[in-house]
Amino acid sequence: MSMTSPIIETNESYLKKVEKVHKQNRIKSLLKGLLFLLPSIILFGVFVFYPLFRTIYLSFFLTDAKGATTVFVGWEHYVNMFTDPIFLKSIKNTFLFVIYTVPVTVIISLFLAVIANEKLKGIGFFRTIFSSTMGVSVAAASVFWLYLFNPTMGLLNEFLQMFELDPIGWLTDPKWALISVAVTTIWMNVGFTFLILLGGLQSIDSSLYESADIEGSSYFYKLRRITIPLLSPTLFFVITVSIINSFQTFGQIDILTQGGPANETNLIVYSIYREAFVNYQFGSASAQAVVLFIIILIMTAIQFKVGERRVHYQ
Amino acid sequence: MTLSLGKKITFYILLIISALLLAGPMLMAIVMSFMTNQDILSGSLPTALTFDNYIAAFEKFPLMKFLLNSFIVSTVIMLGQLILASLAAYAFVFMEFKGRDLLFFIFIGTMMVPFEASVIPNFHIIRDLNWIDTYPGLTVPFFATAFGTFLLRQNFKQIPKELREASLIEGIGDFKFFLTVVLPVAKSSLITLGAYGFLTSWNMYLWPLLATTNDSVRTVQIGLKQLQTQEQLNDWGMIMAGAVTVIIPTLILLFLGQKRLQKGLTEGAIK
Repeated sequence: MSMTSPIIETNESYLKKVEKVHKQNRIKSLLKGLLFLLPSIILFGVFVFYPLFRTIYLSFFLTDAKGATTVFVGWEHYVNMFTDPIFLKSIKNTFLFVIYTVPVTVIISLFLAVIANEKLKGIGFFRTIFSSTMGVSVAAASVFWLYLFNPTMGLLNEFLQMFELDPIGWLTDPKWALISVAVTTIWMNVGFTFLILLGGLQSIDSSLYESADIEGSSYFYKLRRITIPLLSPTLFFVITVSIINSFQTFGQIDILTQGGPANETNLIVYSIYREAFVNYQFGSASAQAVVLFIIILIMTAIQFKVGERRVHYQ
Repeated sequence: MTLSLGKKITFYILLIISALLLAGPMLMAIVMSFMTNQDILSGSLPTALTFDNYIAAFEKFPLMKFLLNSFIVSTVIMLGQLILASLAAYAFVFMEFKGRDLLFFIFIGTMMVPFEASVIPNFHIIRDLNWIDTYPGLTVPFFATAFGTFLLRQNFKQIPKELREASLIEGIGDFKFFLTVVLPVAKSSLITLGAYGFLTSWNMYLWPLLATTNDSVRTVQIGLKQLQTQEQLNDWGMIMAGAVTVIIPTLILLFLGQKRLQKGLTEGAIK
């Protein structure tokens, strides 16, 4: 910044000028910074923050079929929701679904990551296969499993027949439908979870294993004492992401069961979709969306909180 | 760490069994897509291989159009995300201004709002903009990405600040520095984010289901759903041919970029 002036100034006015220039620079850099951020800020505003507040707002109203508010009903949607057996079932089954899918996905992916982390010939091929379901879309995965679950032609019932067991109505039997959707979901999610866990394993310092080898530690001792503790941040991340993903399940249900049988697989996002875009009850659908938002908010908050603590302890 | 022969064999057996189980549904679909319907219905092993299912899927169904739509939508979202995320990440790393940290916090906060929870007003916005059945309606809502901004910010941070100071002395402006220094240095993260953005956009389901009412811009995922529901004859060979066609582009992308994706996503996850 060259602002030498030939006039001898008093100390005070010089300071004032410096301050003014500083202020101008601050405003300039603020404007410039905002310019780089503006596209994102505008789109977040229009497609994230406004819809969020609008959803909360709508949840206190009745609406017409176009989504315009008609009558203010206060907390009525919330009160109705928590006394409505169908919604309560939807909440219960959503949590059940999370319990069915998350632990199994993480355990299978961890197992795959551990065996794919060995330095063996051709391991790259196996890594590619294990991560491949990440590239399979919900629609395609659901179509594959729709056939596998097919009551007459599906491979699963053919296997049962081979062992002379009774065929199962995988998607039509209320006892099995949620489990079948969970199996599909686990299969779909293993690819991504595996890839992240493998990355976590590879970032563990190999000298730790070497010194354990010198001490003659067994394979499972190393797994328990080195791998799992050092992998815990990654494991934690993967568990949170899986839980959030499970709460957002939609496509599988739309293709496999449409929420049936007897609302067994009517998980929360599908329930919102049906309430809003089939029944045109945007008010009560918004109230359900607020519940979903709060659940995800709590999950993410826990992730940040625990993640932060982890960093402090390092 | 060298393994004994016994251990090696154990690992290979585990690897092969796992690979077969995991790839099973996909292998089954690929085999079925080349089988005649007779073989499928009688439940026998394929007696003949044929391309008929693929020909039928493309002829009876606007599959080509759906593929093209998906390609356009995914590419546009990918480019939009790359541009917006890299601009934002640059501001967060190289520019200093009041409220920067607060803004970053707000960006990260958007990750807490699941799209599914705000889908109703989003649908109304798109409808009121007359963007139903248009490419902007399918793409623009996904341009701004907190995850992408975060990922690129991590990467931009590794560029030495001295580089920016030196360029300031030479009188190089922010935008020029961004284009000529930062973007080329961060090429590999940009590719990671691009691949990830393309992959997730290609596989999107709920939004294209809501934002399209006819075939004009309908994406291939919704096309596959239609193929499956409209096909009354239970022509599974054709349905599988459609499903396999849908996953080929993303599988190729994944096979090419698996290592990079793994590295990029893990960095985003752990750091």
